[in-house]
Amino acid sequence: MSKYYLNYLDELESEAIYILREVWSQFENPVILFSGGKDSIIVTHLAKKAFYPAKIPFPLMHVDTGHNFPETIAFRDDLVDKLGVQLIVGSVQKSIDQGRVAEEKGKNATRNALQITTLLDAIADNNVDCAIGGGRRDEEKSRAKERFFSHRDDFGQWDPKNQRPELWNILNGKHFEGEHFRAFPISNWTEMDVWNYIQREQIEIPSLYFAHEREVVWRNNSWIPVSEFLKLEEGEEIVKKKIRFRTLGDITITGGIESEADNVAKIALEVSAMKQTERGNRTDDKRSETAMEDRKRQGYF
Amino acid sequence: MEITNNQLLRFSTAGSVDDGKSTLIGRLLYDSKAIFEDQLEAVSSTSQKKGHEGIDLALFTDGLRDEREQGITIDVAYRYFTTPKRKFIIADSPGHIQYTRNMVTGASTANAALILIDARHGVIEQTKRHSFIASLLQIPHIIVCINKMDLVDFSEEVYDKIVADFEEFSSKLYVKDIRFLPISALKGDNVVNRSENMDWYQGAPLLHTLENLHISSDINKIDARFPVQTVIRPQSEEHRDYRGYAGRVASGIFRKNDEIAVMPSGFTSTIESIDTASGELEEAYAPMSVTITLKDDLDVSRGDMLVKVNNRPKAEQEFSAMVCWLGNTAAKPRAKYTILHTSNEQQAMIKDVLYKIDINTYNRDEEDNSLNMNDIARITIRTTRRLMLDEYRDNRITGSFILIDPATHDTVAAGMVV
Repeated sequence: MSKYYLNYLDELESEAIYILREVWSQFENPVILFSGGKDSIIVTHLAKKAFYPAKIPFPLMHVDTGHNFPETIAFRDDLVDKLGVQLIVGSVQKSIDQGRVAEEKGKNATRNALQITTLLDAIADNNVDCAIGGGRRDEEKSRAKERFFSHRDDFGQWDPKNQRPELWNILNGKHFEGEHFRAFPISNWTEMDVWNYIQREQIEIPSLYFAHEREVVWRNNSWIPVSEFLKLEEGEEIVKKKIRFRTLGDITITGGIESEADNVAKIALEVSAMKQTERGNRTDDKRSETAMEDRKRQGYF
Repeated sequence: MEITNNQLLRFSTAGSVDDGKSTLIGRLLYDSKAIFEDQLEAVSSTSQKKGHEGIDLALFTDGLRDEREQGITIDVAYRYFTTPKRKFIIADSPGHIQYTRNMVTGASTANAALILIDARHGVIEQTKRHSFIASLLQIPHIIVCINKMDLVDFSEEVYDKIVADFEEFSSKLYVKDIRFLPISALKGDNVVNRSENMDWYQGAPLLHTLENLHISSDINKIDARFPVQTVIRPQSEEHRDYRGYAGRVASGIFRKNDEIAVMPSGFTSTIESIDTASGELEEAYAPMSVTITLKDDLDVSRGDMLVKVNNRPKAEQEFSAMVCWLGNTAAKPRAKYTILHTSNEQQAMIKDVLYKIDINTYNRDEEDNSLNMNDIARITIRTTRRLMLDEYRDNRITGSFILIDPATHDTVAAGMVV
């Protein structure tokens, strides 16, 4: 009977599909938080599989910082088109224009923290009771404590010391009016698993993940792409490098690494030999030892 | 890297601040190269700030601000590492008395439990608690690591004595497979590499043991159970009449053309197809997520369970269970709770608390029938409708449930059908 077991990728896939179907069954208005990054692409792919042959029965929601890679937006629109699902966009620029938030000032100003308000507004405006995210527990130390179903109070806040225990495969998504949940179907995946899965399933991802020539500047130990939003600082110099991105976020803070990996197989090989975590190139996490936890408590992804 | 047929192994660890659990996990991650340079840098600088000599491996596992400040672990943390043989998920639970609920949580999905004993102190109350929970939750494999052997001069005598003590008290527990290992997490003896200080130990080091545990026979392959999560109805031209039942196989094997019964209604039909987005399958087994279509048009919805006609679970409205109380407030007598069992949701009431178990002495207390946080008790439950139940010892999915307090929505109890 030894053939009756799953390999780890099949088991992770099956677990994620199970969680997505629980979300659909336990919530009225779920959405997939779609950033255009590989993790949210994987979650979308898994949702497609979970409800096959039906369409994904809920919308994708994108929190748009206004500081995008143009490639990400093109990819997003194309995917939404192919899947035939609805897209909801929450705009940080709009939140700024409406005076809901103010731009950060100073040297390392980004719109990263501003996304929290826009996200929570979009969740409230659309009566979303569960926002499905691509967060993984291996990404960052406070994420290692996340649940599959993670409760947010009516201020959208996370209380890490008072989480509901999750036993066996039973998920408790009970909530009161105004509260919502975050669901993380790929909690148990590592960066390596994600790449192996992309390779196996031949999932399309934005070209930004592959090595390409780009104008960049060296800042905070990584190559930050040149864009209309980048303000050069003294001593910084624009150079052309062959780079790729390990994560995709706001264009002003997403650093690339030098790489020759121009297909998924080469990336998987490169990742397996990698010495830095993928968020090591994200300046938003470097602000303090608990930068991620602090943002998560307020309602961040 | 090639995508292989490697299995996934989930194991739980539990321990207090001082018995070296975090150090052991740090060691496994570090020696299996699952730790990245930037994590190492962050931990090295914190170690220096705190005045530790060398790298404090324990810092790899502390996630939350309060944990780092207080030097304790508050919540279950999940860690990952991969070797050429397997992918591992560690559910790391804090070992404090008040956190029994975390241990139960970590243990509920584990294939194996790691129990740590400080060689200087031997079997203590905490060891008994962890072992009891591992046995209660029916973790198939228990690995007892006798740690800090370097502090007892790698003495075989000390090790043998602890093994004998452990075997004596654990004879009262039901454990399928139990192994013992002398290790030093701090120095690395018998963790990834074989110890050069303990020639007298002939067994394999910990990592090798974890890589080679035989886990595929731990899943119940006899009793076919398929709790229906949701009904798939595409509403498109192409699949106009499609009606599929989506779920994850809890146990057993389902094949095309199998005769099945829908519980609790008892109506029977035949499996028309087993569908996935990657194509149709001839058979499905645990823990696969699939969609099953039937030859007949029956009324099937979430909460129902597909089973083989000749092998059905019990359908009961009143049953006996072991529970671990997780809620901050005590159970209220005659109060109504929401029970979640597989995909089924009902109202439930605790009829009786038959006895409580002292997890340090394993003694039964039949006098005290209150249920407070961290209590483990045998109770009887009554539900508004019948549930399709198997005994927990036969089936960890169809034999388990949780209770939710409808006033707060908190998960207040973890239950196992007996």
